[in-house]
Amino acid sequence: MKGGTGRRRFLGRAAALAGGLVLTGCDRLSRTGWFPPILERAEALTRTVQRLITPRNALAKEYTEKDLSPTFRSNGTAEPDDEEYAALAKDGFADWRLSVGGLVEHPLELSLAELRAMPSRTQITRHDCVEGWSAIGKWTGVPLAAVLARAGVKPAARYVVFRCADPMEDTDESNYYESIDMVDAYHPQTILAYGLNGAPLPVPNGAPLRLRVERQLGYKMAKYLMSIELVESFAGIAGGKGGYWEDRGYEWYAGI
Amino acid sequence: MPQNDDVVPGRLYKRHSLAVRVMHWINVVAICVLVMSGLQIFNAHPALYWGASSYTGAGPIWEPGRFPGWITLPDVQWLSMGRRWHFFFAWVLVINGAAYWAYAIASRHFSRDLWPARGEWRTIGRSIVDHLHFRHPQGLEATRYNVLQKLAYVVIVFAVLPLLVLLGLGMSPTFDALAPGWIELFGGRQSARTLHFAAGAVVVAFAAVHVFEVFVTGAWNNLRSMVTGRYRVPPERAP
Repeated sequence: MKGGTGRRRFLGRAAALAGGLVLTGCDRLSRTGWFPPILERAEALTRTVQRLITPRNALAKEYTEKDLSPTFRSNGTAEPDDEEYAALAKDGFADWRLSVGGLVEHPLELSLAELRAMPSRTQITRHDCVEGWSAIGKWTGVPLAAVLARAGVKPAARYVVFRCADPMEDTDESNYYESIDMVDAYHPQTILAYGLNGAPLPVPNGAPLRLRVERQLGYKMAKYLMSIELVESFAGIAGGKGGYWEDRGYEWYAGI
Repeated sequence: MPQNDDVVPGRLYKRHSLAVRVMHWINVVAICVLVMSGLQIFNAHPALYWGASSYTGAGPIWEPGRFPGWITLPDVQWLSMGRRWHFFFAWVLVINGAAYWAYAIASRHFSRDLWPARGEWRTIGRSIVDHLHFRHPQGLEATRYNVLQKLAYVVIVFAVLPLLVLLGLGMSPTFDALAPGWIELFGGRQSARTLHFAAGAVVVAFAAVHVFEVFVTGAWNNLRSMVTGRYRVPPERAP
């Protein structure tokens, strides 16, 4: 069967060539301007479907003390490379203030003591990093809803933007930031955490205050919070995608 | 599958419907992209764990190191782009798979061609031996799927792939809130991640055997039947 082997060889080579072309093609496509936006459309579909089938206040699973990770892994910034932050940390954040502004009736400047005096919530939850690992920690903080209620959110506000103390690069304007919408902002497990595992929040985990958004991935949960701003749109902030990692290609909706 | 007089050795007959052919090739593309982008995502944290979390004090159960760039999509370390490919083609797989299920059941492709007939279950042993000897059905027998082939298709399409999707969703923190504790059925989120990887490996193993069998039972004939629909009935084996 000479014809058969020839044909087989041809087929094998054709398949290898086609495979090679497809793979090189996929890698090229990733680097074009027009193709990634097509892939990115899946994010809106995922968000729409997940939001549609998940009750607004459905809670992420809460664990027990025995599930706690022995040490809660620090990821990203472990200590902000910023003089102003270092000075605040030195005094145990006594002079630190969280500013709440933007589309609010009463802009606020809240000290750590004032935040601790507000209603608090403690939750043992699983932190899922976009890289794939999970860790379980016990977070204590003030529900974001309580802070927003005190500030009085204007009806035009659609997003909450969180600005952080940690510069990510050697340039100005490279500080970490994040944003969530009002569905997540008012979720009962969305808290501004000042405590981890019964102790004050350590610096590697975002002292003095970090965000917890338990139904999304870890990068949404901004650390080293300095200010909260209510906005109608985040298109004009930094890269315009709503967060430091979002500006670098990650999904704004990190529910999966 | 044939039910008429056209099916005679040496003649072409229509083996695969247009719907099956289209959905098959969409599936090929989706699974290739999902496997390769899945390995890209795995490379961001190349370790597998058992339980709810990765940091329990127990350490990983498997830590193979990173997969090489030629088998990942994109070819360089680029997690965000890998995730974009993965979640887009996950939707392609789910929509295509749902369409296939609906078609297979409604057209009776499932009951006629895929689900083993009552008498066939007893032939499993013989079929295994035949496969191990690379003895392939000839003549009219080759126009039907053999019992191992049927079982492989049914298990992959109706069990492994849906489970793979569920295990993938088991890693979604929002999905966890939708039905609290359901991923505990799989042992927790990190167990779901490990099983998602394992189920992916099962699909890769299936695909390898599938392509191997396509080649050894007549690559050209098989490929033509999945492109044009026409399959040439192999001549009867010489007595």
